[in-house]
Amino acid sequence: MTTFLQVTIDGLLTGMIYALVASGLSLIWGVMDVLNFAHGEFLMVGMYVSYWLGFLLNIDPLVSWIASGAFCFILGILTYKLIIHHCLSGPPLASLLATFGLAMILKNVALNRFSPNFRILTHTILGGRRIILGDLVLALPQLIAGIFALIVVFIIYFIIKRTRLGWAIQATAMDKEAAELMGIKTEWIFAFVFGLGGICVGIAGGLLPSYLAVHPEVGGLFSLIAFVAVAMGGFGSIPGALVAALCIGLAESLGGFYIAPVFKYVIVFGLYLVVVMFRPKGLFGW
Amino acid sequence: MKKKSIKKQSIYWYLFIIILILIPLIPQVAGNTFTQHVLVLILLYASMSQAWNIIGGYCGQVSFGHSVFFGIGAYGAGMAVVKFGMAPWSGVIIGALAAMVVAVLISYPCFKLKGHYFAIATFAIVEIFNRLFMVWYWVEGALGLDYPLVDEGWKNFMWYETKIPYYYGALILFIFIFGLVRYIERNRFGFYLQAVREDQETAESTGINSTLVKLMAMGISAFLAALCGAFFVQYSLRVDPSMVMCLSISMTFVLVTILGGAGTLFGPLLGAMILIPLQEYTRVLWGGLGSGIDLILFGLLIVLIMIRQPKGIMGLINEFINYQQSKRKIFSESQEKG
Repeated sequence: MTTFLQVTIDGLLTGMIYALVASGLSLIWGVMDVLNFAHGEFLMVGMYVSYWLGFLLNIDPLVSWIASGAFCFILGILTYKLIIHHCLSGPPLASLLATFGLAMILKNVALNRFSPNFRILTHTILGGRRIILGDLVLALPQLIAGIFALIVVFIIYFIIKRTRLGWAIQATAMDKEAAELMGIKTEWIFAFVFGLGGICVGIAGGLLPSYLAVHPEVGGLFSLIAFVAVAMGGFGSIPGALVAALCIGLAESLGGFYIAPVFKYVIVFGLYLVVVMFRPKGLFGW
Repeated sequence: MKKKSIKKQSIYWYLFIIILILIPLIPQVAGNTFTQHVLVLILLYASMSQAWNIIGGYCGQVSFGHSVFFGIGAYGAGMAVVKFGMAPWSGVIIGALAAMVVAVLISYPCFKLKGHYFAIATFAIVEIFNRLFMVWYWVEGALGLDYPLVDEGWKNFMWYETKIPYYYGALILFIFIFGLVRYIERNRFGFYLQAVREDQETAESTGINSTLVKLMAMGISAFLAALCGAFFVQYSLRVDPSMVMCLSISMTFVLVTILGGAGTLFGPLLGAMILIPLQEYTRVLWGGLGSGIDLILFGLLIVLIMIRQPKGIMGLINEFINYQQSKRKIFSESQEKG
C-alpha cells in the first residue's frame, strides 16, 4: 500500500511539471491553432539558462526560474514575430513544419555550443533534502517544483478567465475578425500568447535542472508528452491539459512500476489513443 | 491562346521524357561512389514522399505514422533474409501486405479525428510501435537485424562493391510509384481524394464514402511506403527499431513532400532533389565532431521556405510563372496600345 502511495505521489509530481509544459502549448494551440513543435526545445533552452546561472553565478533554481521564464518569454515573442506571423496565412502544416525547423536549429545550436553532455546542478539549496512521512519519502526538489508548477498553471488560468487581457485572448481565440472590430490588437495578443507559452515552459525549465539532467535532446520527449496531454485534454482547455497531464504522470509511474519500465510510454500513448477513441476532441473539448 | 498553352504543355512532357531517358545514364557518368549514394537516396526519398503524398498531399490527412509502415516493410525483407535465409522478395511482399493491413486497422479509428488530433494520434502510434519492436524478441528487439553476407546479384538484391544496381533498383521503384500516383491523380479515385481534402462534408453529400476513400488511400500509401522500407534495408544491410520506426523518419516523409509541394506530382521529387544533396553534402563537410552545423542549416532552410512560400517549392515555381505571364501580358497590352 505504501509503495502504491509512493508511486502515485511520484506520478502526480511528474504530472504537475507536464501540466505546466502542456498548458503553455495548449494556450498557443487554442488561440492560434498552431502546434508548436519547438515547445520542448523552449524547455531545453529554459533549462540551460537555469543551469548556466546556477553553474557560473551560483544562483539557485529557486531564483533563476524568473530569468529563464523571462528568457523564454522573449524567445516566444521573437518566434511569433519572425516565423509564425508569416506562416499563419498558409496551410496549418506550414507553421508546424516551420516550428519543427526552429526546433532543429535550437537543438543543434545547443549541441554545438554546449556539447551533448548531460549536465545537472549538484549544489542547490533543496538538493538531496527530503521529507519523510512514515514510510513515504518525498524528495524536496521534485515536491517544490511540482507544487510551484501547479501554482503557475492556476495563475495562468486565472489570467485567462478573470482579467481584461484574458478576455481579449478568449475573444481572439473565438473569432479573430470580430475581436479586431472590437478594438483588440490581435497581433499583439498572438505575440503575447506565444510569449505566455514561453513563460510556462521557461518556468518549468528553470525548476528542473536541480533534479533532471540537461542535454540538447531533453525536449523531445517533453514535447511529445505535452502534445498528447493537450490533445487528450481538449482543444485549448487549460483544465483539460492539467487533468490529462496528471493522468499521464500517473500512467507513466504506475505502469512503469507495476507492469514494466519498458512499456511506460506504450501505456501513456495507448491511454491517449483509448481516450481519444471515445472522445475525439479530448476530455474537455467541445 | 488555348492552342498555344496545349503546345507548351506538350513541350514540358517531351522535356520530361528526355530527362527520363537520361536519368538511367547518370551513374555511369558520376564515377564517385558518394555521388551515386546521394543519387540513390534522392530516388528513395522521392519515392517515400510520393507514397506519403497520396494520403497527405492529395487526401489531406497529415499522417506522421508512415515510419511504422516503412519499418514493417523493412522488417519484412530483413526477417526473410536474416531469420529464414531466403531471398528478400517473399518478405518484401509479406511485409508490404502486413503494412497495408496494419495501416487500415490503425487508421480506421484514427480517421474519426481531425486536424492536429489526427497528427498527434499518429505520433503516439509511432512511439508505441517503436517501443514494442524494441522488446519483441522474435525480431531481435533493440539489437536489430544484421544482414549475413550472401551472393550478390538481383536474386538477393545485394551488392557490395558497387552502388549502380541499387540506383537502378531505386529508379524502378521511383518510376513505379510515380506512375501509380500519376494514374491515381487523373483517375476518378484521385478526384475523390481531392474532394475529401477540400471539404469532407460536401464530398460526402455528393455520395462519396469518405472513410472508405481515406482507408484505401492509406492502404495504398502504406503498401508503397513498405516497399521503400524494404529497399532501404537492402541498401543499408541493417535494421533496428530506432533506425526505421522513429519520428525523424516520419518527419522526413512529411518534410520532403511539403517542401517540394504537397498534392503535386513533381513536388516530392523536387523536395528530395533539393533537401537530400543539401543534407548529405553539409553532413560530409561540417557534420563531424558533433558540431550539428549541417542540421542548423537544414532547419534554417525549412524555416525560410515555410516563411517565404508555405506551398513549397512548387508554389515558388508557380509564383514565378505567374509573374512572368503577367509581365508578358502587360508588355503585349502596352504594345497593342502603342
